[in-house]
Amino acid sequence: MTSFSAGDLLFILPELLVITAACVVLVLDPVLRASDKDGLVWLSLGTLAICMGLTASQMSVSATIFSGLVVIDAYGAFWKLLLYFVTGLTILLSYSYLKEERLYFGEYYGFILLALAGMMVMVSAVDLLTMYLGTELMSLSLYVLAGLKRSEPRSLEAAAKYFVLGAFSSGILLYGISLLYGATGSTRLPEIAAAIAGRGFNDPLLLFSTILLAVGFSFKLAVVPFHMWTPDVYQGAPTSVTAFMAVASKSASFGAFLRVFVEGLGGLKADWSAIFLLLCIATLVLGNIVALVQTNIKRMLAYSSIAHAGYALIGVVAAGRVGNSSGIASVLLYLALYTFMTFGAFAIVAMLRKGGIEGEEIEDFTGLARRHPLASLLMLIFMVSLAGLPPTAGFVGKLYVFMSAVEAGMTWLAAVALIFAVISAYYYLRVVMVMYMREPSDSAGTVPQLVMSPTLSIVLACTVAGVVIFGIYPNPLVNLAMQAVLTLK
Amino acid sequence: MTGFPWLTILIFLPLAGAIAVFAVKDTAVRLTALAIALADLLISLPLWWLFDASSGHMQFMESAVWIASLSINYRLGIDGISLPLILMTTVLMPLCVLISWHAIETKVRGFMAMLLIMESAMIGVFSALDFVLFYVFWEAMLIPMYLLIGVWGGPNRLYAAIKFFLYTLAGSVLLLVAILVLYFQGGHTFDILQLTQGTYGLALQIWLFFAFFAAFAVKVPMFPFHTWLPDAHVEAPTAGSVLLASVLLKMGTYGFVRFSLPMLPDASRLFTPLMVVLSIVAIIYGAYMALAQTDLKKLIAYSSVSHMGFVTLGLFVFNLQGIEGAVMQMVNHGITTGGLFLCVGMIYERTHSRQIADNIGLTKPMPRYATFLVIFALSSLGLPGTNSFVGEFLVLVGTFLWSKIATAFASLGIILAAVYLLWMVQRVAFGIPAPHVLPKLRDVNLREMVTLVPLVVLIFLIGLFPNPILTRMHTSVEKVIARIPPPPQERASAAWRLEPASPSPEGIGSTADTPLAQRTNDATPFTNLAVEER
Repeated sequence: MTSFSAGDLLFILPELLVITAACVVLVLDPVLRASDKDGLVWLSLGTLAICMGLTASQMSVSATIFSGLVVIDAYGAFWKLLLYFVTGLTILLSYSYLKEERLYFGEYYGFILLALAGMMVMVSAVDLLTMYLGTELMSLSLYVLAGLKRSEPRSLEAAAKYFVLGAFSSGILLYGISLLYGATGSTRLPEIAAAIAGRGFNDPLLLFSTILLAVGFSFKLAVVPFHMWTPDVYQGAPTSVTAFMAVASKSASFGAFLRVFVEGLGGLKADWSAIFLLLCIATLVLGNIVALVQTNIKRMLAYSSIAHAGYALIGVVAAGRVGNSSGIASVLLYLALYTFMTFGAFAIVAMLRKGGIEGEEIEDFTGLARRHPLASLLMLIFMVSLAGLPPTAGFVGKLYVFMSAVEAGMTWLAAVALIFAVISAYYYLRVVMVMYMREPSDSAGTVPQLVMSPTLSIVLACTVAGVVIFGIYPNPLVNLAMQAVLTLK
Repeated sequence: MTGFPWLTILIFLPLAGAIAVFAVKDTAVRLTALAIALADLLISLPLWWLFDASSGHMQFMESAVWIASLSINYRLGIDGISLPLILMTTVLMPLCVLISWHAIETKVRGFMAMLLIMESAMIGVFSALDFVLFYVFWEAMLIPMYLLIGVWGGPNRLYAAIKFFLYTLAGSVLLLVAILVLYFQGGHTFDILQLTQGTYGLALQIWLFFAFFAAFAVKVPMFPFHTWLPDAHVEAPTAGSVLLASVLLKMGTYGFVRFSLPMLPDASRLFTPLMVVLSIVAIIYGAYMALAQTDLKKLIAYSSVSHMGFVTLGLFVFNLQGIEGAVMQMVNHGITTGGLFLCVGMIYERTHSRQIADNIGLTKPMPRYATFLVIFALSSLGLPGTNSFVGEFLVLVGTFLWSKIATAFASLGIILAAVYLLWMVQRVAFGIPAPHVLPKLRDVNLREMVTLVPLVVLIFLIGLFPNPILTRMHTSVEKVIARIPPPPQERASAAWRLEPASPSPEGIGSTADTPLAQRTNDATPFTNLAVEER
């Protein structure tokens, strides 16, 4: 049954390259002198650039390889391209962030690349166990990265919490997979889809396995009420890792989640769409309300990322209702646009210093506009975009998911989500308010400073360009998302 | 229709200017902003003469595909309703730059950039013919205004800024939902002209009407939604107050006349009593509140609530006089209240107080200033010969045709306006100034004269010769009215109505026998001539 063909390896060349690069980084790190270690950064970035080219050329390929375990298609390519982009930004941001925090470890880049490899497997697997392996590879790498600030208790707490809850959710996911295997006799999505055709939720095994899968993925997506780990982990982890988790891990989880529920459990979409409707509303309400009272900007952005998962779920719910591809396409678009604004905001948080240490409180942004007018302007743009105001990427993303909701006959859901968007504007604008409308009262030693570096400039330039350009002219990204969704069966 | 992209240039020149002010030397920032605003004014002026008043179609149309997958287009065009509003915006903009010349000393670049971004967005709102494009411009205004109030405002600016922001944002989110619903109900298009032609079921119309109402009523602001206005006005810098009062508020009423009335005629008809009652409450309540104020800016802010009540009243009586009066009043209120806010800003620059008690007896030390103040106040209370008289008179005539009782109540607002404005003038202009402020009371200088004189000229120009504006809006307003079904009891005795039996969207030829056409005699030959030329 499992026949192996060497030709299949060509299709997974990007994955192989990333893993090889990760190993090379891990091996070379102890050997190299400290002054030569920058080379590892360039090696990682170079690998990503090559992978980007390879995956872009796979955009029009459609092949099932390794006897039905993995599929190479435009849908996977879309997520992979997004993930390369985010990983590249993470490496660039980390380069200056780790130096500032005196956290230089070669393993860091190795684990980032391994996490990327896991994510790539997640978005291209059509077999639940293969997907599970990808999830674990990603999660294990992230557990280590979250605890990287070994001297800081909060970082260790974050790692421990992330590990315990992550392992717990993986267990639930695995339980769901095994029950689904019991119900359908397969772990491959096409076979599952064929087996459940015509069966509904009245089959208890299908009901339980779907719910368990939904819960398992909800943990990974940080959807309420399975979000509890998010604020603590996001706050405790090094900020560059937080940015990576908030964007890349969320995107990869959405990629895998959509494939499982659309390709595998598409026959039950009326049923799971009702589950996700509840989760979506709970996420919008709780994420936005709790974000209001946060004083730590990393926690605030954590709740904001929870809330944004809620907006993306609107597209999922809508797709489940009407069964067309525009809902799914809006989710892809939303996450791609969310990448730019969230990563940009985290990048600024990462490089903000107050009295030599990281300024994590919203108050630490006080009067930043006076010292760093350009960076403050960028933060303003990111905040406006996160709030979903035109003409930014955040507005385009919301426009598309709300359109899919209205198309699915759920105008009320769009209205509810928009009301919470207004509430979210309050906490995003608070950052703008302290930057522009308050002057720091402290002595000169503790005024907030932004540590600028060439790599940070590249990160900010890329993210703000994405927010502004796709806010005004989203067509290229929209077409890419449409093309990607067409290959999702 | 001309090939020249007038509107695109009008919209994007200030935006380019907003970037340019960051590139010039410190000393040239104000001049650059002024030059950009003046250039935009010069570009907008030819539109006034190039505009074909006989045509009910949108003019200076531009169209380009923007987001193909949702059939969103970059579509611009103006008619007789948006033309005066755009010109009012471009006229006020250089004045806003001038009044901020010395009033703004910190972060001048940012301030000027925000003003110019506002100009882009405001012109965009008045000329967008695609619903998403409209919404983008509509919302793009929020952040610059938020910063204008929050960064350069008065002591309580943080509260006022966020209140303004959240109120208007909360209002406009339902507008977005309504736009999306219209897209699917109106044939998968965001084209405003096409959506205006559609007919929608009454239940849907009612929902959409309330969604639109939430957005527009907050912006106007209509009576129960007005509480952000006094705070925002008081804390905003002078230029911000002028833009708020003169242009931003008009976006709300523009929304009613451009979208609510023609797209949702049945619902508009259904909710007329509600709208009229709210308008009259706003007129009287605003006037009473103005009466009680001791802060000059607050007084004018509440007078705005009252005056905007006339505009909404005129819009919802559905006749030519009412709606033309309302549009007229939109322009007039922009000019007159803009002038009043400029006056208050000037006195604040001198005495650093907006309290009436601190600014008494200005006639002796500042005779020119007092003259301007009296002219603006008289215009605001609707003295015949000034612009507001024309607008308010037309609104009242229109209301009279709809309901005599409503007219009686609305007229009360004019009397009250005379009370609070004359009382204000009496205290501020006359009396004996406190000796310690006397040295501060320099009379208006040349720059300030240049700021105020254009508005005074416009006040009398429109007050004495309203026809140029009225003829230009005539066919456009008729087009709006043609969309609204006449109520049953009026259908029989429709002697005064414009299109008695069969409302035709073009409806040009039948203007000769209306009371308005008699009043504005030279309009008729002009329109008829244009018809014959076809």
